[in-house]
Amino acid sequence: MDILRVINLGVEIEGKKVLENVNMYIQEGQTYVLFGPNGSGKSSLLSALIGNPKYKVYNGRIFFKGKDVTDLPTDERVKLGMGIAFQNPPKVSGVKLLDMLKHCARVGNASEEKIYEYAEMLKMKDMLNRSVNEGFSGGEVKRSELLQLLLLNPDFVMLDEPDSGVDLENVSLVGEAINMLLERDKPKNKRKKSGLLITHTGHILKYVDADYGMILYKGRISCIGNPYDILDDISKYGYEGCVRKCLKEFPNSNQK
Amino acid sequence: MSERVPEFEPEVKKKLESVGIEFNPERRSASFLQVDQKVQHVTKYLEGVEIMGIKQAMEKYDWVGEYFWKAVKRDQDEYTKMVDVEDVNGYFIRALPGAKVNIPVEACLYLKTHGAKQKVHNIIIAEEGSELNIISGCASHPGVVSGMHIGISEFFVKKDAKLTFTMIHNWASDIEVRPRSATIVEENGVFISNYVLMSPVKLVQMYPTAYLVGDNSVAVFSSVVVAKENTVVDAGSRAVLKGENSSADILSRTISTGGKIIARGHIIGEAPGVRGHLECRGLMLSEKGAIHAIPELEARYPNVDLSHEAAIGKIAEEEIFYLMSRGLTRDEATAAIIRGFMEIDVKGLPEVLKKEIDKAISMVEKELTT
Repeated sequence: MDILRVINLGVEIEGKKVLENVNMYIQEGQTYVLFGPNGSGKSSLLSALIGNPKYKVYNGRIFFKGKDVTDLPTDERVKLGMGIAFQNPPKVSGVKLLDMLKHCARVGNASEEKIYEYAEMLKMKDMLNRSVNEGFSGGEVKRSELLQLLLLNPDFVMLDEPDSGVDLENVSLVGEAINMLLERDKPKNKRKKSGLLITHTGHILKYVDADYGMILYKGRISCIGNPYDILDDISKYGYEGCVRKCLKEFPNSNQK
Repeated sequence: MSERVPEFEPEVKKKLESVGIEFNPERRSASFLQVDQKVQHVTKYLEGVEIMGIKQAMEKYDWVGEYFWKAVKRDQDEYTKMVDVEDVNGYFIRALPGAKVNIPVEACLYLKTHGAKQKVHNIIIAEEGSELNIISGCASHPGVVSGMHIGISEFFVKKDAKLTFTMIHNWASDIEVRPRSATIVEENGVFISNYVLMSPVKLVQMYPTAYLVGDNSVAVFSSVVVAKENTVVDAGSRAVLKGENSSADILSRTISTGGKIIARGHIIGEAPGVRGHLECRGLMLSEKGAIHAIPELEARYPNVDLSHEAAIGKIAEEEIFYLMSRGLTRDEATAAIIRGFMEIDVKGLPEVLKKEIDKAISMVEKELTT
């Protein structure tokens, strides 16, 4: 089944084009890793997919589960089954993490016990009565994002640099949470959850076994393939070299 | 006066509850109700605390008079002079030495007659080593839209005592309110004052002051004020740090939905090792109205540590979007952020009082987002 289909997507922020002509197709059960240098538009793509109003779609459409969601507000996309963990979410003074988790549990139909169960698992129990993200360490922010997602239980999971700033001793914990979200513990044909992960170091691939990798380069998807091969090529040839190699192998791929 | 739990018409009961007044013996240690100039009801459910009308207190103890105009100046302004009259009434609340009265005492000043001028003089004493929690609810009768309330309150926090005072106001659109209050805090004493105003009023004007005369004494003022259209609130808190190592924190959260707010704060440091911090945050939710924050710091001694932060703004779009990404609608997200804005974490604030404040806020929070 189709989960996400992105057609000729162009996105601008404050009048500046950050994405041009992005095409993407993700099916049920598939997890993609999105590579790309800093500033290539990875976070912008996720922002546009979830419907951040700052990111204006000037061209193309976004279909989610067969429905055109291009003009839907964020909360409706989330209720349809999209979910996102942000790289740098804002602090919301006075809104406790526990309040956020209760909202998430309500939307995701999770019981109140699950809040405490997942909070325990992600070592966030002591943070429940703190204002969300206020005074959280980098790693705590990431774990809080994943905790919220576990309760929302989305069908399509977008993760923006989920492992950056996470202590070494907690990286496997983060990996475990991601694998749970994406049902990576289930056999391939039983997986229903799909994912799109941003990484620019590739570290997360040690913990999460993704199906495909793709490179977002200069505002377009420039390469799709085995994520481990792509990571290997990027470290050997750099992004540009990797994209050039890709184009040589697939001369008719997504380029004008 | 009666000792039984009084009965009220439902609309009055609702009004009283909105300012934290319950007459519930299980949740209060004593109750006091003054209607216009008359003390209507006084009950005490627990030992360790004294509660009575101020006139009765003066008859009972000849020393009560000595506390009059000890913290507040008699000739401070025309309003203090107005209260310096024969027919003044008010409450006398006292925690006996060493008594820990954790269950709150409730005191209500109720304006019932249209156009009436309520003149009040309260004396509150936390004797040495005692602990006292007070909810003071001030409200006007449904339908009474005009009137005036001038209340003098003098607080005395003795050595090693702790007094927490939470005042909730629920007036009407044409009522003028001018509380005049001051507190004297002795050695190791702690004074925590909270103020909540969520409903329309013509004018609230006040500048309660704490004189921290004892070494290591502490004062914490927090206030949550919402001003709707046609409401003017000129309110602040002042702390004068006179005792060595005394400290004060003043926190305010103001929201204008069309009203005018002047949020004042003033900390004066005049002894060694004192610390003071002032935090004013304002949220403008309407194109009408205004918020004017005036934080003031004054050092009169070299070794002091005084700071302030003030910020006024609108709701951050980034925060709304973040909450929407968890499935909240725009309206739900806005409401949650406003609710969060009014959340003040006061160290040492007893849980029961925190709940009363939360209750007062949640009773009107829905109106703020519609």
